[in-house]
Amino acid sequence: MSALEQAPGVRIRRGLVAPLALLILWELVARFQLANVHIVVPPWRVVQTALVHVADGSIFVDLAASLQRDLEGLVLGALVGVIAGALLGASRLVDRLVGPTFHAAKQVAVFAWIPLMSVWFGTGELAKVVFIALSAFYPVALNTEEGVRSIAREHLEVAKAFRLSRWSTVRTVLLPAAAPSIFAGLRLGLVYSWLGTIGAEYLLAPGRGIGNVMIAGRQRVAMDEVFLGIIVVGLVGFTLDTLAGRLEARALRWRPRST
Amino acid sequence: MSTPEIIQIRKVSKRYRVKSETLRVLDGLNLAVRQGEFLSIVGASGCGKSTLLRLLVGLERDYEGEIVVKGAPVTGTSLDRGLVFQEHRLFPWLTVEQNVAVALENSSLSPREKRQSVKEHIELVGLGAFAAAYPHQLSGGMAQRAAIARGLANRPSILLLDEPFGALDALTRTRLQNELQQIWQKEKVTMILVTHDVEEAVYLGDRVVVMEPRPGRIRKSFSVDVPHPRDRRDPVLKSINDDVRSEILGADAN
Repeated sequence: MSALEQAPGVRIRRGLVAPLALLILWELVARFQLANVHIVVPPWRVVQTALVHVADGSIFVDLAASLQRDLEGLVLGALVGVIAGALLGASRLVDRLVGPTFHAAKQVAVFAWIPLMSVWFGTGELAKVVFIALSAFYPVALNTEEGVRSIAREHLEVAKAFRLSRWSTVRTVLLPAAAPSIFAGLRLGLVYSWLGTIGAEYLLAPGRGIGNVMIAGRQRVAMDEVFLGIIVVGLVGFTLDTLAGRLEARALRWRPRST
Repeated sequence: MSTPEIIQIRKVSKRYRVKSETLRVLDGLNLAVRQGEFLSIVGASGCGKSTLLRLLVGLERDYEGEIVVKGAPVTGTSLDRGLVFQEHRLFPWLTVEQNVAVALENSSLSPREKRQSVKEHIELVGLGAFAAAYPHQLSGGMAQRAAIARGLANRPSILLLDEPFGALDALTRTRLQNELQQIWQKEKVTMILVTHDVEEAVYLGDRVVVMEPRPGRIRKSFSVDVPHPRDRRDPVLKSINDDVRSEILGADAN
């Protein structure tokens, strides 16, 4: 049966098999002490720690702090990314002037910018948001550039035949035609910005956040905190991506279904 | 009785440079089109018929000679000259209704008049039930009908069709040819059809112009004095078909 024909219940059940297997494996490793118990803490210890964090509300503060940074950085990076990508894709002049530098700089690992960033922006909240924005920028810009550049000449001729204004052409033809690529870029940007958020919390000054929970835990060798952090990061990332997928499907509902 | 000429093409030439050679796609073409006429242009591939159409529409501007429509030279595209391509070229992200409305975006009609025109033209091509459908939900024939509705939405004086049925199967093609003829009779728009299908050209046209390639020139013009509505089995049509075909084959032989 194709994925489309399976009932959602079946899909969810099958999707849960791997996580459950991992959970069981984890429990077995901890119970039979197949690894250092102080490092591979049992699952129930992590649950206990989680409940403590929930009880004193700290997990929500940390989560909110991380998500806020993530959102600010993502919006900044995605906005600049779409504009930059659109300019590069649409204007041969811009591409010639800025393109080579743009494409060369993309090879630099995002984390390598941290030293420069801490000099320019300090180590506080601003630096973290800029770093997250940079993480999101390249995937968005590259995909947007590709999407805008590969707009079919045929569509542009139709716009010309009906004498659409520049702005109208951008709104009615360019953006929708490039939308699938732009959305692909945004989804990647979402992934990278979340990664960047945790990275920023690791590498730049302390503050509240899920990454900080993990760092503090590691420093005290409280691996239950670390594991809690990992699980939360994973769950949030998964949720964000799923939501983004739904949004994309709605925005692009004019596309033919590929079965 | 002489209907006024709506299009005058005088000594039109177009050249392309390919490597070091000059290709004369059109060479000193002269053609006049009367108002309300249905003109078919036939010829083998490479005879320049599509190029001529694109020059008429204003999508290509680099040429020698004069192209005059309603007394004014053609300097670009115009809402008064509608165009239907071989591929439907509907925007996949818009519904049928929205696609037809694109044609009117730049027109000076009021929003209500625009909505009215969109509705009328969708009904005209028989897609009333599919106004809210997306192009990927339409068959090839339906999509092409939507493209025709879009081409007519501005009530242009001239509708240009560049091999509009070339990508469709034979049955759909026949049906759409009939529908196009009915639309032409009803709307009385001057239509210029470019095709490589001789039967289509003769069945639909008042006049059939045969073009030859290398360089692109008009070889001969045939009059089709058969009243509408026409019967495909009419022996007069068949004999004109044969004449046109030999003319084209004669061009090939040169």
